[in-house]
Amino acid sequence: MVTQAALLDPAVAEAPGAPAIRCDDVAVRFITERRTVTALENVSFEIAEGSFLSLLGPSGCGKSTLLRVVADLVPPTEGRVTVLGGSAETARRDHALGFVFQDAALLPWRTAIQNVSLPLEVGGRSVLPPGSPTPTELLALVGLSGWENAYPHELSGGMRQRVSIARALVGGPKVLLMDEPFGALDEITRDHLNEELRRIWQETGTTILFVTHSIYEATFLGQTVLVLAANPGRVREIVPIDLPADRTLDIRETDHFMRIAARLRRLLGEA
Amino acid sequence: MADVAILQSGQGIDAAEAEYRAAQRRRRLRRRIMPAAGVLSVLVLWGLLVYGFDVPPFVAPSPFAVAQTLVENAGMLLANLWPTALEAVLGFLLGNAAAIAIATVFVHKKTAEEAFFPVVVLINTIPVVAKAPILVLLLGNGIEPKIAIAALICFFPTLVNMVRGLESVNPQAMELMRVLSASPREVFFKLRVPTALPYLFSALKIAASTAVIGAIVGEWIGSTVGIGALIIQATYNFDSALLYATVIVGSTFSVLFFLAITGLERLVVRWQAPVVA
Repeated sequence: MVTQAALLDPAVAEAPGAPAIRCDDVAVRFITERRTVTALENVSFEIAEGSFLSLLGPSGCGKSTLLRVVADLVPPTEGRVTVLGGSAETARRDHALGFVFQDAALLPWRTAIQNVSLPLEVGGRSVLPPGSPTPTELLALVGLSGWENAYPHELSGGMRQRVSIARALVGGPKVLLMDEPFGALDEITRDHLNEELRRIWQETGTTILFVTHSIYEATFLGQTVLVLAANPGRVREIVPIDLPADRTLDIRETDHFMRIAARLRRLLGEA
Repeated sequence: MADVAILQSGQGIDAAEAEYRAAQRRRRLRRRIMPAAGVLSVLVLWGLLVYGFDVPPFVAPSPFAVAQTLVENAGMLLANLWPTALEAVLGFLLGNAAAIAIATVFVHKKTAEEAFFPVVVLINTIPVVAKAPILVLLLGNGIEPKIAIAALICFFPTLVNMVRGLESVNPQAMELMRVLSASPREVFFKLRVPTALPYLFSALKIAASTAVIGAIVGEWIGSTVGIGALIIQATYNFDSALLYATVIVGSTFSVLFFLAITGLERLVVRWQAPVVA
């Protein structure tokens, strides 16, 4: 239970090591015309603040649903979700969450900078918290200086996804939720953005929950990999990734990396 | 711009580029000349048929007779275009404004859509020529029934397209708005309306020409001025040259109206719009 003091005093709520996200026995069931589908069952895990967790699983295992439960987009049928010591809804209303979608979801009538500025125009947040980077600085952070006035159709798939990452970082969210953001990109762009994302994570200190179905991506990015099994979606295993914090893409060729990847592959096979 | 020329072996890059540019210029010129040549050949064929078969002027006029009438009666034709244009434009504004307003209500209140959309479809199935007398009885013999007919004829395509546009929002963009805790009002103005704009404009372009048709049909039933009235008069007097000249003036206005809406669309929809049927 979170005490009253923790809710009132940000210093207590944000004590290092306190979980940023905590799920207790979360289940999600959808009712369709033919039958009731259990997307998630008995999912429990927690992520420490400032850490990077990869959610790995076969398609249809409910990993996107789990991300949406944390983002307060899908209500859990059973169980409890705690985000930053409160409910997911409170975290969303406090603008503590950033969400990156698979297809970038940029608004085609807005330029890159206007897309990044959208979070400042809706939801009752018109000014940036003091000290947080401006939309222009965020575009620079994702390597898109000089592209401020380009429309989405003038950008490549990788650039569009960078814009959407910059948009998700507006206001310095405590938690960044990413739903297979690089799934539709070519491998070269994807590798590059994987490195960039680790850099952004280290620079911003945001807690990241990253959904992917790529074993290599999950291993390279995460400090921990949560492997989900399908039908119904449930936690298969939580695997700590004991790779050095300073990683470059070369690490994927080391024996250690290969061993972790092989273990994850076995876990997915058994799932 | 998708024109591609393959560099021939032994050909210098500069020479090839110059040749490519020249070919591009020729293509651009062709795009202008060919439609003009098409129109001209139809006029020539028309003239040949009228003179060759010795068609009497009360059946069909020669192109020269029509041109002569256009010049000689320019003042009278324009005086009759003015009321028709006014009716068409006012009807266009009224019909589309109503369609946009009702589409907004439909999108926010599903019950309203379920109850009244069938009614709208039912009214739309009544042909314009049948609706016109009803409106003349209701609204009298002035400009009002003509505006009402023009408005009604614009209304349906715009309503259907606007509802579809407002509802065809990218589901992930919708989730984004929720993550950002946007209010329903913000979702409407920042997401739904811009999404609907390309759909709206494709309806407005149809409405621009149908509004003129509506005004003309309205004038057929009890009117002494306007393009519609002039068409009826010219037909009854077997003045085929005047009839053709009137039709040309009417359709020229339709085309200009359509081009104005297309120009407005270019100003408003600056992003690459999705293909809208």
